[in-house]
Amino acid sequence: MNKVERNKKYNEYVNSKKPKTRNFPTLIYAYIVGGVICMIGQGVNDTLMYVFPTMSIESANTWMLIILIFLASFLTGIGVYDRIGVFAGGGSIVPITGFSNSITSPAMEFKKEGVIFGLCVKMFSVAGPVIVNGVAISIIVGIVYLFL
Amino acid sequence: MGKRLGKQTIMFSNSAKIIGNYSIVGEKEGNGTFREYYDYVLKNDTFGEKTYESAERKLIEHSIANALDNAGVKSKDLDLLICGDLLNQIISSSFAARDFDLTFLGLYGACSTMAEALAVGATFIDGGYFNTIACATGSHFSTVERQYRFPLELGNQRPPVSQWTVTGAGCTVLSDKGSKKEIVNATFGKVTDFGINDVNNMGAAMAPAAMSTLITHFEDTHTTPDDYDLIVTGDLGKLGSEILLDLMEHKGYKLKDNYNDCGQMIYSNDQKVYQGGSGCGCSAVVLNSYIMQKIDEGVYKRVLFAATGALLSTLSSQQGNTIPGICHAVEIRKGD
Amino acid sequence: MLITYLKVFLVGGFICFLGQLLIIKTNLTSARILVLFVSIGAILEAFGLYDPIVNFASAGATVPITGFGRSLARGAIEAVKDKGVLGVFTGGLTATAGGIAAAVIFAYLFALLFSSKTKKY
Repeated sequence: MNKVERNKKYNEYVNSKKPKTRNFPTLIYAYIVGGVICMIGQGVNDTLMYVFPTMSIESANTWMLIILIFLASFLTGIGVYDRIGVFAGGGSIVPITGFSNSITSPAMEFKKEGVIFGLCVKMFSVAGPVIVNGVAISIIVGIVYLFL
Repeated sequence: MGKRLGKQTIMFSNSAKIIGNYSIVGEKEGNGTFREYYDYVLKNDTFGEKTYESAERKLIEHSIANALDNAGVKSKDLDLLICGDLLNQIISSSFAARDFDLTFLGLYGACSTMAEALAVGATFIDGGYFNTIACATGSHFSTVERQYRFPLELGNQRPPVSQWTVTGAGCTVLSDKGSKKEIVNATFGKVTDFGINDVNNMGAAMAPAAMSTLITHFEDTHTTPDDYDLIVTGDLGKLGSEILLDLMEHKGYKLKDNYNDCGQMIYSNDQKVYQGGSGCGCSAVVLNSYIMQKIDEGVYKRVLFAATGALLSTLSSQQGNTIPGICHAVEIRKGD
Repeated sequence: MLITYLKVFLVGGFICFLGQLLIIKTNLTSARILVLFVSIGAILEAFGLYDPIVNFASAGATVPITGFGRSLARGAIEAVKDKGVLGVFTGGLTATAGGIAAAVIFAYLFALLFSSKTKKY
């Protein structure tokens, strides 16, 4: 048996052996936690609109995101967000709070290598690709609209 | 001087005796299966240091110093320190050696380092070149996590095939005389790669290496798995051990109840670590606590200790390379 | 009122559910999930498909990272209308500047205040 064939067979065998449990409950947890985070966002939004009736919807939305980002960043700092993550998976990764967590966590982690070369350099080691790709897509969308 | 059997095995004639050992672990391991066997359990896994890297260095340092005490050897009488760890440029080991004023040999065998160090140490003693050698290794969950995976506070889930890196260090002191426990032979492994590229599934990547070394060992020494009281692999984890059992059976060797795996044993089932422990420290602390005590008590007379390692780096896996594995084995026997 | 919150929960939760489904099925890391969802949000917005979801579920659609992608695309489109070619470059980041700046400054602040601790499980 040649190596390529052997490796292919072995990979197939390993895949058949892999545990497949634990999937279903985490989907529900993700749904619930994700939904609750969005509801908190809506709550913040409604409160803002109530307290500052003149505020535009756009501004209220931005304020709401900033507040959620602050909360997630703080929860990451005190070591709570990663525990929510273990429980909820996608439920706490996909909301904007997950984005905040992915910036705060490497910043904290690499603080010991110095503020400039550790904290500041590594801050975007997880979330950098999100901003890079997001900006790239926005520019493509802009160019397409320019010619429409 | 010993003689070589086959291509990979050395049968020692002037075998190395195990005169002292020590194990130190983190809190999580201290709550695991072997909680009463460890010499020291940390309450805080920073060990009073500023960084986790320093903590790992101190773990290794601490285990060497105490193993020497344990063996009744003064550090100036020690001929050689053989040590390795998982961090880039094995800094924990060399930094730990810095304070001992000893001849130092650094090894990198990933999680197989403990067996590799014992095999190399026993070979030096057999040749009569050195009389007293300390073999140590250790790992720390938080250093490994940040080097190979993600920041600690990132809210991600561990995949179900993943293993938990052991925080802990173990040290074994070998000498040419002074004990009934001895390393009678050693089988050095071949790098084996069966094309696994899932970095979470280390057990599957290392199992073929374990199979290769175990079969070579049985063939070279003309033994069968039944001749041993305990055959213990390094850190294949639950899934990896099941794969190894299947692979061995496929090759005509049936491993029975006398087979176990350090990664599989080290944590209890309720500790949510999926496949079990991994890291240099895993096999080192299990060997230097539970297994050594059981050998002392006479429960095991003949133990085959085969630590396994996955020889990948973060770069190699990002570049899409598959994960090569290695496994070294030493046979530990207690004479009457 | 209650109906709004129910909609927010159902839609927001569903987007997270899709993320978790992807994680389980493909073992993608969280960074890849985030990139993917930002891109999906931006593309949907470009085709005018994300606004209806926002109108239906408000925060249920703006809190998930797809909403961030939507802001990027929407910002670019509106800036192009106002400023032409320059808007291609300024639009996306202007619209999301609040979120990015907040994430950066809070990360900076809390990283200086707190240190990482070993995971418990």
